[in-house]
Amino acid sequence: MPGEVLLSMVDITKIFPGVKALDKVSLDVTPGEIHALVGENGAGKSTLVNIVSGVHLPDSGEMYFDGKRYAPSSPREAQELGIGFVHQETALCPHLSIAENVFLGRMPRSLSILADFRQAREETRKLLGRFATQLNPMTKVQDLSIANQQVVEIIKALSLDCRLLILDEPTSSLTELETENLFRIIGDLKQRGISVLYISHRLKEVFTVCDRITILRDGHHVRTLTAHDTTEDEVIRNMVGRSISTFYPEKKSQAQEEILRVEGLTRGDTFRNVHFTVRKSEILGFAGLVGAGRSEVARAVCGIDGYDTGRVYLDQKAVHFESFYDAIQARIAYLTEDRKEEGLFLNMAIQPNISVTSLENITENKLVHGQKERALAKQFVSILQIKVASLLQRVVNLSGGNQQKVMVAKWLAIDPVVLFMDEPTRGVDVGAKTEIHYLIRQLANRGVGIVLISSELPEIIGMCDRVLVMNEGLVTGELVGDDITEDNIMRLAATQRKETA
Amino acid sequence: MGTRAESSQPTSLFAKALGFREFTLFVIIIGFSIILSFLTPHFLTRANITTTAIGLAADGIIAVGMTVALVLGGFDLSVGSVMALSGVVAGSLYLGGMNIWLAAIIALGVGMLCGLINGYFIGRVGLNPFITTLGMMSIARGSSYVVTQGSPLSLAGISKGFKFLGGGRVLGFPVMVLVYLVIVVVMDFAMRRSAAMRHVFYVGSNEKAAALSGIDVSKVKMGVFFLTGTLAAITGILTLSRFTVAAPNAGMSAEMRAIAASVIGGASLRGGEGTILGSVLGVILLALVNNALILLNVSVYWQDLLTGIILISAVLLDFLTHRSTYLTK
Repeated sequence: MPGEVLLSMVDITKIFPGVKALDKVSLDVTPGEIHALVGENGAGKSTLVNIVSGVHLPDSGEMYFDGKRYAPSSPREAQELGIGFVHQETALCPHLSIAENVFLGRMPRSLSILADFRQAREETRKLLGRFATQLNPMTKVQDLSIANQQVVEIIKALSLDCRLLILDEPTSSLTELETENLFRIIGDLKQRGISVLYISHRLKEVFTVCDRITILRDGHHVRTLTAHDTTEDEVIRNMVGRSISTFYPEKKSQAQEEILRVEGLTRGDTFRNVHFTVRKSEILGFAGLVGAGRSEVARAVCGIDGYDTGRVYLDQKAVHFESFYDAIQARIAYLTEDRKEEGLFLNMAIQPNISVTSLENITENKLVHGQKERALAKQFVSILQIKVASLLQRVVNLSGGNQQKVMVAKWLAIDPVVLFMDEPTRGVDVGAKTEIHYLIRQLANRGVGIVLISSELPEIIGMCDRVLVMNEGLVTGELVGDDITEDNIMRLAATQRKETA
Repeated sequence: MGTRAESSQPTSLFAKALGFREFTLFVIIIGFSIILSFLTPHFLTRANITTTAIGLAADGIIAVGMTVALVLGGFDLSVGSVMALSGVVAGSLYLGGMNIWLAAIIALGVGMLCGLINGYFIGRVGLNPFITTLGMMSIARGSSYVVTQGSPLSLAGISKGFKFLGGGRVLGFPVMVLVYLVIVVVMDFAMRRSAAMRHVFYVGSNEKAAALSGIDVSKVKMGVFFLTGTLAAITGILTLSRFTVAAPNAGMSAEMRAIAASVIGGASLRGGEGTILGSVLGVILLALVNNALILLNVSVYWQDLLTGIILISAVLLDFLTHRSTYLTK
């Protein structure tokens, strides 16, 4: 149906106090089109979809939906007209069932006042069936994986007869398998003539599912490209306004002596009989699906959570860290995957966020030495090239990439010998991602043993000298050098799953 | 650490030194005092100011502990009862024939023990601070009634030396106020500079991140509730010395006044924010309102009502300023 347009945005401008978030941005989406919206953090993607979904009103410009003038004054109005929005963080009620969530606020009624759970259940079952999922409509949302919660969000939107679905970073916490499943669902939507506005940082995915790609930069519409007529390189060039030659730093697998060795580490069914070694100057990858037990192993080794049996050797000496503090004393650190919830003191300044791990070194007579603290923070802000206005700026006001660097800084401050990095580039934009990749390699070159846990295969393949693949708590294989390929990793990460289930 | 001071931009150096919230409160207190001195000649008298200062010292010492608990992201509802219990323990031991100083030290130990029990259940076991300290509030209050059989114990004829604590003067300054000042200066300095207090800020700001930075979160929590219990016991002993009466109903609602004062002074129930100086100004403001009602012959029953209005205004102000900082992000 070329020529036909479902949503059309013309010269949309939105000004927030002090920033022009969008400057005359135009965009159109045709029926059944999967349209990608890409750009670095702060490019204006969120603002744009918030305008489409009725959260913000544009300051100027016009929108047309299905040929009619469209100016939603609330998300509810947008929803009623057929625009669904699945947010990056799902907005479901965890204690309610899938059916109750899908029909939240508009439960079918019987006898006009009683909620008709049976009808809700049946309709939800029908909708779930369309995606060939075996979910029970009565399952509580809190018992679902993030991927399935997303399916529920999509179903909720579809039950409202949605014709345009906005997906904001839908794969950011999904595994490769779950991502593939999501792509099948998107393909199914397309067949039904439903359009999708797809926001993502991951260009590979964008090229897999999308028909056209609109690139935003600093609130401006740069270009709209047809996916099969362009390349990742061209898109990146347009996104950042410059060319990034290589994404990943050069590997240097001159593996040296062993620093850390783990033998037979076991905790219940979470992980069993895990063996691995971390060598000096090497990046060891932990690949696998979300829930394979990778973070759990790292946390157990670091004394954050316990383990039942197994041995840990540091420099050939048996060690057992009773607490994370003990591990830090031995200069072994774990960088959490959840920087907002577990990593940063968001309402505090940059300086105390960096000094937190090494407070003892800058304390004299039980008092924190202000000058030493400032010097320490300053040192790592400059090493990591963190862009800050002042060391006393609150961390909450930094971009995702800079927040991530602040978190890395606190671990560099202890001069680690082994650093476990759990999803170190989650939710940071392309430019900052590359910077962090180079930083990780630099650390390795300086002798740090890095354990990189990542659910992004390209990152694992691009960064790691050696890869350990985990699957349902077991190490299913180790790959080195040219054997580190997507096929090999996926085979090891997924095969056993069906047999044991 | 003054996280609040960084977010706003006070213009004068003086305002900068105080922090924005403290500066605002300071101006309100001065303005209020000036108005009050015009309304009644009794306000700016030595007798009135001294009495008011002694009166607010008790609430103030408890508010110091409460501010630390709020910065931790918790609060201690048992402080008023623990204050009563320590007074009652000291009083009854003395009446039983014990030396009053020894009795006071044991009473201090009882308060510390209450704090440790709170800290153990909140920090180690992981119970909710509201429920735990609510329970301790009943236990300590109940114990005070059990020990005294419900009636106040009179300690008439107690030694002058002990009476000096609550009623004495040094160079014209009431000892009780001086004790409060010492506690304020030490704790304010500690909050700004000490490593231990820095840990309280970390835990209050993000407990999980604190644990994942190697901080022993349960130890920090135990320490804070030990502190609130200790300060409550000190207040109880000072109050016993001041009135020479061990009343089982002493310190009624002291926990509420302390929370109100700390929050008015800038502490947040979300944790991670609050200053000792702020709590001092909060206590002074509440005491001034109370004093004004008495001097202007307004029924004292207005006191609670006005405290509530001031508290909600302060929280509203906090909400509005925070909302704007979150909106710009």
